[in-house]
Amino acid sequence: MNWLIDFFGDAANWSGPDGIPARILEHLEFSAAAFLIAAVIAVPLGLLIGHTGRGAFVVVVSANAARALPTLGLLVLVVLLIGVGTVLPVLIPLVVLAVPPILVNTYEGVRGVDADLRDAAYGMGLRGRQVLFQVLTPSALPLILLGLRLSAIQVVSTATVAAFVGLGGLGRFIIDGLATKTYSDVIGGAVLIALLALAVQLGFTLLNRVVVSPGVRQVR
Amino acid sequence: MITFEGVTKRYPDGTVAVDDLSLQAPTGAITVFVGPSGCGKTTSLRMINRMIDATSGRILLDDQDVRAIDPPTLRRGIGYVIQQAGLFPHRKIVDNVATVPYLLGWDKKKARARAMELLELVGLDSRLAGRYPFQLSGGQQQRVGVARALAADPPVLLMDEPFSAVDPIVRASLQEELLHLQSELHKTIVFVTHDIDEAIKLGDTVAVLRVGGHLAQMAGPATLLSEPADDFVREFLGKDRGIRRLSFVPAKGVRLGSTPADLVVDEDTRPLGWRSNGGLLPYGTFDPERDSLRAALDAALLSPNGTAIAVDGDGRVIGVATRDALDEVLAQHATGPDEQAREPDGEAPVTDPKRAES
Ligand SMILES: Nc1ncnc2c1ncn2[C@@H]1O[C@H](COP(=O)(O)OP(=O)(O)O)[C@@H](O)[C@H]1O
Ligand SMILES: [Mg+2]
Repeated sequence: MNWLIDFFGDAANWSGPDGIPARILEHLEFSAAAFLIAAVIAVPLGLLIGHTGRGAFVVVVSANAARALPTLGLLVLVVLLIGVGTVLPVLIPLVVLAVPPILVNTYEGVRGVDADLRDAAYGMGLRGRQVLFQVLTPSALPLILLGLRLSAIQVVSTATVAAFVGLGGLGRFIIDGLATKTYSDVIGGAVLIALLALAVQLGFTLLNRVVVSPGVRQVR
Repeated sequence: MITFEGVTKRYPDGTVAVDDLSLQAPTGAITVFVGPSGCGKTTSLRMINRMIDATSGRILLDDQDVRAIDPPTLRRGIGYVIQQAGLFPHRKIVDNVATVPYLLGWDKKKARARAMELLELVGLDSRLAGRYPFQLSGGQQQRVGVARALAADPPVLLMDEPFSAVDPIVRASLQEELLHLQSELHKTIVFVTHDIDEAIKLGDTVAVLRVGGHLAQMAGPATLLSEPADDFVREFLGKDRGIRRLSFVPAKGVRLGSTPADLVVDEDTRPLGWRSNGGLLPYGTFDPERDSLRAALDAALLSPNGTAIAVDGDGRVIGVATRDALDEVLAQHATGPDEQAREPDGEAPVTDPKRAES
């Protein structure tokens, strides 16, 4: 408890380029960039594979890779390959981490739509694309959002690694704190990351209320 | 008119679901495809709106080969109702009904107004319009399915076991509703069912299919009951064909006698019961203008004295049909000798088929 008071009670921790607000902002920047890139790749891909039924192996490979690949190892690899100094070494591993949950859940969401519903949609005279966007996507939305949420939470938690390659973010408190044995910083940083993850969770819960039709939300 | 010309469907795995099927579904009438499970009813139906394409042969809508029309365009002009309703779960009922009008580019206001009209037409409370499908009972969803199929006023309606998943009471009311709608709308309807009673109740024409996608017989329901083409059809029709046959004979021809003194009526001359030392005995009524001979016979069996009470549209007594009077009509409708000869079990239909068709 004392450590928390030391960390959050210290006025110096609240201002300047290494203060809490600045670090949170940096952290969110990496996370948001990685998350958005992943979403732009994985959502359309998941929709397409789920709709056409072609390329399902991509989903399987991605799901397995997610379990097998250590993010930190990937970070080191990318740094070795392209060096430090840009955000790329951080972004690449984060995107790789963020894609599978979105891809898998979007795919499963679309594929899991009741065959009769899909059939009725075609039977009414919807074209393939209309079936995808007017029927499959709205029905799959709860799962798509679940994938996005899992992904966002992982990214926010893992963006800590940016600090390993000299970039900012909340990881700095942890890395620097460990280096200088300032454990209040380590714990304060960890708590902030946990709070961010919680905020993401809350954000998605609200988003779910707004974008998912009550007709679909109730059924699941 | 929908015409099948030598239509065959062979699935990629080699199953021949429909084999050289030729038949016509007349305009403005209900044609029922009936047969045991797996006999190719669904496949036949779905070849009409090209949810499935035939392997060979042609299907004509009026005079146009359906293969010449782009499937989504074709389907927007054909109402389609399936067993599980298949409503879009994320859309409100009103928007579900307006699906095809939206696809056809109607403006939203007009499409919704049309949808509200249809909800009323199929007997749904307008308050349901703002609900989602999961908030409706199975029977209500099925009505919405029918409303959705009718929304853009297509001349043709395809229905694949639309009432099979609801309980018998709801099913009966949905069937009545469909007949009522049809009496106003005169659509060309192809209706698929495995239930022969449903087929006989709804069909103007009934096509009995046997497994392998062969047409066993195609006839009006009365003819089907009195003249099944072969043992398969006879067996499929089930028991009591003779009695069921009477449903197609109007009760109009029954000779009515004057109201006997022991029939107690109220001040509006509606029947109350048969007088019997102090108490009232049960009775049965029929309306000669609307009911069938079967209903008249049923009414007679409900009265202890075997006399059926004839009533008008308002339920007022207009006379009675004694057992003798009913017997006279039954005799007129007894089966001819050639038909009896074909009955191995002596379960002969009661009616002259030629009369029944008129
Ligand atoms: N997609 C398919 N692939 C292979 N066989 C099929 C397919 N759909 C239906 N069948 C087969 O074709 C036959 C007719 O099926 P169907 O038209 O669904 O019959 P029904 O609607 O009368 O029960 C059955 O033997 C069924 O197993
Ligand atoms: Mg079927």
